[in-house]
Amino acid sequence: MTCEWRGKLDPYVDTELPGPEAAELEEHLRVCPACAADALQRLQLKRMTQAAARNAFTPRPEFRLKIENLIAARKKPRWASAWLPKLGVAVALIALSFLSAGLWLQRSQRRQAVGELADLHVATLASANPVDVVSTDRHTVKPWFAGKLPFTFNLPELQGTSFKLAGGRVAYLGQNPGAQLLFDAGKHHISVFIFEDRNELARLGSGAATTRSAFNTETWTEGGLRYFAISDVEPAAIRELHSLLASAH
Amino acid sequence: MADDAHTAESFESLAMPLFSSLYNLAHWLTQNRDEAEDLVQETCLKALKGFSSFQPGTNFRAWIYRILRNTFLTSRTGLKVSATVPLDPEENEAVLPVTADTPESLFLAQADQQTICQALAQLPLHFREVILLGDVEEMSYQEIAETLGIPMGTVMSRLSRARRAMRELLSTKVQGASR
Repeated sequence: MTCEWRGKLDPYVDTELPGPEAAELEEHLRVCPACAADALQRLQLKRMTQAAARNAFTPRPEFRLKIENLIAARKKPRWASAWLPKLGVAVALIALSFLSAGLWLQRSQRRQAVGELADLHVATLASANPVDVVSTDRHTVKPWFAGKLPFTFNLPELQGTSFKLAGGRVAYLGQNPGAQLLFDAGKHHISVFIFEDRNELARLGSGAATTRSAFNTETWTEGGLRYFAISDVEPAAIRELHSLLASAH
Repeated sequence: MADDAHTAESFESLAMPLFSSLYNLAHWLTQNRDEAEDLVQETCLKALKGFSSFQPGTNFRAWIYRILRNTFLTSRTGLKVSATVPLDPEENEAVLPVTADTPESLFLAQADQQTICQALAQLPLHFREVILLGDVEEMSYQEIAETLGIPMGTVMSRLSRARRAMRELLSTKVQGASR
């Protein structure tokens, strides 16, 4: 025999039956042993199934860790992958701008110093009295600077070379006194400036170059002195004079 | 990017408490540890990716279980299993009562956890999953309907028939063991 309530037993066991209907069914269960036994069996099976199957399979701890790391990777490395490259780029850009500014400043200072020396050279050539000591004799020119400069230097014997000493004068670069020696190379003139190699002159570096006004230059240091040669002669001639001056040191 | 981190954090706080249940469900569906792990991992990745589509305040458990189930059904094992499930002519049939002459109290008393697990594992997929959601996870009919994407009425009839099939299997097993 089946009861009209049988169809409601599952929703009742699942607590899905609306309140009034559930109360009505409970009234029925008190008077219907068959339905009461059926409801009890359904509840029993549900509880037993749950107890058996709920924790039948548990995840391995290493698998749980793997998933946790997978989710964590979306948290941290995302941040890192998002910000670290930007941070790196920002740092690189700042460093680059400092480097560029430094290089620009250095180039600018070098240009300025070379420009001033070129001006001195041109002004000397344009002057009616280009040198204050007029002599081809190194033993006259060198002593002339004594007492005028805070340093001394050696001059080479130019006999038998293509160069001839024309004389010298005191020049100033950045308020520092130095010697300006004028050499003749054929019909060309070469100015060789000698200053104490201070920090502000170190920016000149060393080596040969061509100025914007097409003068060829060469600069080097020797015995704590900074030499700077400038002329419209070929770079090779300046290099040769450089070697001669260096050999006199 | 900060949103991603926030999303992952919110997801973690909702998903990890369900992790054991998710895995258990996955294992019951796949009946294989490696496949269950793959299924859970893929589910987590899909859920995390689509977490923005989850509306806060709605049922997260039903949402992620649905992803797990759909992922399973489109997996190789899932496709194989669902292809063998016969069309269900009783889908909307009235709920059947427990057969009056079945001495259920007797076989239930004799059924141990192992027998129950064996019976559950033997149930067809559509019965097994509704029992897992209804009896094991204690989901409401509404949650089951959301998870499986079926009407409430179908949930009720399917659950009823699944339990009946379970009782019959258990009865057979217990009787077979006692012979």
